[in-house]
Amino acid sequence: MTGLGLCGVCKSYGGNAVLSGFTGAYGAGEAHCLMGPSGVGKTTLLRIMMGLELPDRGEVVGFGGLKKSAVFQEDRLLEGLSAAANVSAACRRPPGAGAVMESLAAVGIGPDSCSQPVRSMSGGQRRRVAIVRALEAEYDALFLDEPFKGLDEATKAMALRYVRARSAGRTVFLVTHDESECVAMGGTVTYLSPPPGAGGCGNVRRAGSGRPWGSKQC
Amino acid sequence: MKAWAVAAWLLIWHGLSAYVGQGIILPSPASVAERLVGLASEPSYWFSVLFSLSRIVAGFVLASAIGVAAASLSSWRRRVGDFLAPAIAAVKSTPVASVTVLALLWIPSRNLSVFVSFVTVFPIVYSNVRKGLSETDSKLLEMAWVFSMPARRKATYIYLPQTLPYYQAACLAGLGMCWKAGVAAEVIGLPDGSVGERLYLAKLYFATPDMFAWTLTVIAASVAFERLFMALVRLLAAKVGGAGKAAA
Repeated sequence: MTGLGLCGVCKSYGGNAVLSGFTGAYGAGEAHCLMGPSGVGKTTLLRIMMGLELPDRGEVVGFGGLKKSAVFQEDRLLEGLSAAANVSAACRRPPGAGAVMESLAAVGIGPDSCSQPVRSMSGGQRRRVAIVRALEAEYDALFLDEPFKGLDEATKAMALRYVRARSAGRTVFLVTHDESECVAMGGTVTYLSPPPGAGGCGNVRRAGSGRPWGSKQC
Repeated sequence: MKAWAVAAWLLIWHGLSAYVGQGIILPSPASVAERLVGLASEPSYWFSVLFSLSRIVAGFVLASAIGVAAASLSSWRRRVGDFLAPAIAAVKSTPVASVTVLALLWIPSRNLSVFVSFVTVFPIVYSNVRKGLSETDSKLLEMAWVFSMPARRKATYIYLPQTLPYYQAACLAGLGMCWKAGVAAEVIGLPDGSVGERLYLAKLYFATPDMFAWTLTVIAASVAFERLFMALVRLLAAKVGGAGKAAA
């Protein structure tokens, strides 16, 4: 997998510009944090990278054909299934029950909780199931959209350790408001700022401390 | 259904029958029960029940299976839905009498109730399941897409649990309707040995207690089949809900 990038990407919803000429380059096998105030387009950017949204204009380079995995802003779990079954269901080649239990245990979900339907789990437990599901799935690029939201500090530290260990040397995109998460992941940081003025596409946005592509390079 | 409510209605029926005072217009519950016991002791009664039951149930099961398949197909390919829409709309609003009379031109009367039961239930199952499929949680579908979940897993873990309540509602509505329409068709088509024919003959000979007895038979068969079928659907729902346990 070579470099990944977005070049002059524009996206608007109902006339409201969310991304306005966003440009950024990202190295494969590294962690990349996307930060910025709420509503600035971080999730939209992640969705474009995942292929869930098409940009109105601009180019998305290198993401097509990648095996993807994600923790979405919402848990998006299969409610009737157990934690272990949720993890297995997302894996192309489901791992053994023992491996899944081990991963769930690494984020503090014990064997008793593993076999319960996730609908009966607490918000924090469900969040951790979503994290384990994403990390256990086979992937080339991992997309994490505020994955530690709603976890208390101790649980968050445990989950963060698990994510860092399991995703070391892999391509990871992490959307967060918490700079300490970026530091823990040890990756590059891209700060997104709101588009200057409404509408229009062509204001090239700075791609932070990653490896920004100048507009001429696009 | 509460026993006291059934008893209350029987009491009202008894009171009305006593007030009318003519068994040919409104027989008493006791005389109907007596007739029902008499009929049930004849093998031909059970033959008629089996005759109608097997055909109406066959129509229902066929409609249920083909309705689910057609709804899945039309959700997958929009053109299939567009193609089926006029036929579904026409079938929905065609009276049972018209369907029966037309069907008699094409199929033998002994299979009439299969066809009429099918035509009555198919649009209900089709419309409900299609609605269920169209309202499947798009966020879960996105998740499945991102994880490249195979179609079979998507069907089992996402579509099935989300569509099952719609299917259950369709079955509940369809189960009552198929008996009403099926027996009505038999009364018009008069297939030999059917409940509809026996009902018609009872009317012809002014055997009002017989008419009530056959009507009660239809109600009992309908309720028994409804309970059995819904229990099976609930079993499936529980299996889908507990699939996690099995998979884990």
